[in-house]
Amino acid sequence: MDPIRLRVKRQARPDAEPYWEEFKIPYRAGHNVHSLLMEVQLRPLRADGTRTSPVAWDANCLEEVCGSCTMFVNGQIRQACSALVDTLARPIVLEPMKKFPVVRDLAVDRSRMFESLKRVRAWVPIDGTYDLGPGPRMTEEVQQYAYALSRCMTCGCCLEACPQYNDHSAFIGPAAVGQAILKNLHPTGPLTKEERTAELMGIGGIVDCGNAQNCVVVCPKEVPLTRAIGDAGRETTKKFFRDIFRR
Amino acid sequence: MAEQRHLVVGGGLAGLMTTIKICEGGAAVDLFSVVPVKRSHSVCAQGGINAAVNWKGEGDSPAVHFDDTIYGGDFLANQPPVKSMCDAGPAIIFLLDRMGVPFNRTPEGLLDFRRFGGTKHHRTAFAGATTGQQMLYALDEQVRRYEAQGLVRKFETCEFLGAIIDEGGVCRGLTALDLRSMKVEAFLGDTVALATGGPGIVFGRSTNSVVNTGTAASAVYQQGAYYGNGEFIQVHPTAIPGEDKLRLISESVRGEGGRMWTWRNGEKWYFLEEMYPAYGNLVPRDIASRAVFKVVFEMGLGVDGENAVYLDVTHKDPEELTRKLGGVLEIYEKFKGADPRVVPMKVFPAMHYSMGGLWVDYVQMTNVPGLFAVGEVDYQYHGANRLGANSLLSCLFGGMVCGPKMLAYAKGLTRAAADVGNGVVERERRRQEDVYDRIYRMDGAENAYALWRELGEWMTQHVTVERHNKNLKLTDDKIVELKDRCGRIGINDLGRWLNQEVSFVRQLWNMLELARVITRGALARDESRGAHYKPEFPERDDARFLKTTKARWTSDGPSLSYEDVDVSMIKPRPRHYDVEKRAG
Repeated sequence: MDPIRLRVKRQARPDAEPYWEEFKIPYRAGHNVHSLLMEVQLRPLRADGTRTSPVAWDANCLEEVCGSCTMFVNGQIRQACSALVDTLARPIVLEPMKKFPVVRDLAVDRSRMFESLKRVRAWVPIDGTYDLGPGPRMTEEVQQYAYALSRCMTCGCCLEACPQYNDHSAFIGPAAVGQAILKNLHPTGPLTKEERTAELMGIGGIVDCGNAQNCVVVCPKEVPLTRAIGDAGRETTKKFFRDIFRR
Repeated sequence: MAEQRHLVVGGGLAGLMTTIKICEGGAAVDLFSVVPVKRSHSVCAQGGINAAVNWKGEGDSPAVHFDDTIYGGDFLANQPPVKSMCDAGPAIIFLLDRMGVPFNRTPEGLLDFRRFGGTKHHRTAFAGATTGQQMLYALDEQVRRYEAQGLVRKFETCEFLGAIIDEGGVCRGLTALDLRSMKVEAFLGDTVALATGGPGIVFGRSTNSVVNTGTAASAVYQQGAYYGNGEFIQVHPTAIPGEDKLRLISESVRGEGGRMWTWRNGEKWYFLEEMYPAYGNLVPRDIASRAVFKVVFEMGLGVDGENAVYLDVTHKDPEELTRKLGGVLEIYEKFKGADPRVVPMKVFPAMHYSMGGLWVDYVQMTNVPGLFAVGEVDYQYHGANRLGANSLLSCLFGGMVCGPKMLAYAKGLTRAAADVGNGVVERERRRQEDVYDRIYRMDGAENAYALWRELGEWMTQHVTVERHNKNLKLTDDKIVELKDRCGRIGINDLGRWLNQEVSFVRQLWNMLELARVITRGALARDESRGAHYKPEFPERDDARFLKTTKARWTSDGPSLSYEDVDVSMIKPRPRHYDVEKRAG
């Protein structure tokens, strides 16, 4: 088999100009994009044989549950660990996420996603970690929906695909909406959903969703994002009328 | 005295629970992690968490859980903290449920429980087959709530380098490397908790995540903290080999009825069911891994002539499989391209977990006052072999003990970290900075990643399922050679911004130090117990080795001493899984 050609868009620092480098990696069955980058660490040579530095990228679990290694692989947003080389067209082209600041090479800063989770108060405000007895009951049906939402690994694919999410919009994006709805689903949700719904009605909230539905298409975990967005829309409408008649 | 500070290193389950407990006590926490905490290795835990609630009417109880755990660990664990952990199990599950972990439900809306290895009871609560991920997220949310209140400051993309230890031998803070700016910074703390996980990366490829280098544990070991039972390394029987890692296929697959088999004389041979009729496919992991080795290497019965056996769920209802095991079956589908509902999975054992870790007392403090350890990085709860679904429990229980004890310890201090002379702090910061200055100047011919792969191959071949003294000695010599060659590494990346190669060189050195602890501990222990198996010494030897190994760092390698195990609650008895377990 021919060596695997790998083209990587690199960038030394957040404020530096990006540039391209090409690598040639001997073929072996079973490679994924992550293990190709590991081969570059082992032999940091460009395709022309000149020395370079190893590529920087985010990675941790390597089984598509931590969300770290999101990047563009041949123009598609996905995780590097589950991008199996034998299924990819060559040369393989790697680029960093575009909606987040590049830290170096393929490593990006997604802290904005975690800030959004703060904004929608995506947590159950428990009374304490003491032994307060069993939790509330939940039907299997609700559990299955909650579980599907809870598999969101904050990888950022949905935001990358969302036409409304970018650095000149305040939109919190589908991932955070999903987490707000998840917390509303918990049996304690009705006690606390008012303030989450208020956030979803605010600037950068649910009205900014353009209903392009790209998010569900690219989500690697099949999180029911559009269903959650629909739920969020209904909640905000209900609250809108509640607030009017309360005045 | 100045305001007290608490530093927690590691944002997995143990670190987050420790943090929550400290915040609940009203104090502030600085939380350090090499990755955003929501991406910690706890996400990889699949099958579930144990708690003996007896909701299936099987006569289960925390006492039975305790006995299963001690027996499964081949009596090497000190019994009092294990008993406390098992007693706390039900309350911990209820807490997680209240936090919103989407555990699977029964038709009545109650928590569902399934079986796991080394027990006869349905004791494991689960959220699909991504229980660790769901639990981590729930704790991450609680910590974010405290962060929003200003009680938690997060330092993500920061790597722990060492403890700051004053003239009196007391821990007063830590130094950390900002992985982006590559700057070494010192942080004062009245207490420091390491919740930095296991050392899987020492074995090259394992089921562990990229960050599980054990570098933090190794760093404090080199500063005088004892490392306990380092030789006890769990090899999980069912993983799928890959170029970059060995991906876990959860024990819950067998808990839900999965069967292991291989071809023998043209027929399916369910070897675990035949060898261990009492427990069958749900024998503990050390037993199952040895059985797979026997079948593949001694009998030459690997599937298709490969190092593999089958793990089969094709006889189960596909819809139920998706509901209870979807997450793990999806991993097989995505990475192997075949649907386990239709074709049996090909699996092979892989290094998975370290029972050993930093020695701690019953309240999670190391022998360095003020320095705590919690989670997989401690050695406390699993003896010579961990039972499946006990690790999530030990992370949370350890955190629930550790946080309050950190507060109590700090209250008892007569001198605050803030009052420690700047000389101590600056000396440690400079020492760490010098290490990196030296690394940046390395211009030899060796490649750090190549040395690491060599280490991994040796450790996997000689220090996992079967251990022979001759090979252990050779491996120790090899590690010494690799340490020497470490001095001749050449750095390819001279950048001073997110330089992953430079960070890795430091981690590699620390891995080599830990590899010696593991290897020398195994060499010295001439018996077989739990995961530690020496064909030359096939029996457990309680007279000589019912003892905790304590490794102390010296410049000539680890110095080993032994400490009696507290077996005051359950008298040690022979451990067999071919027959029913006798009452303890």
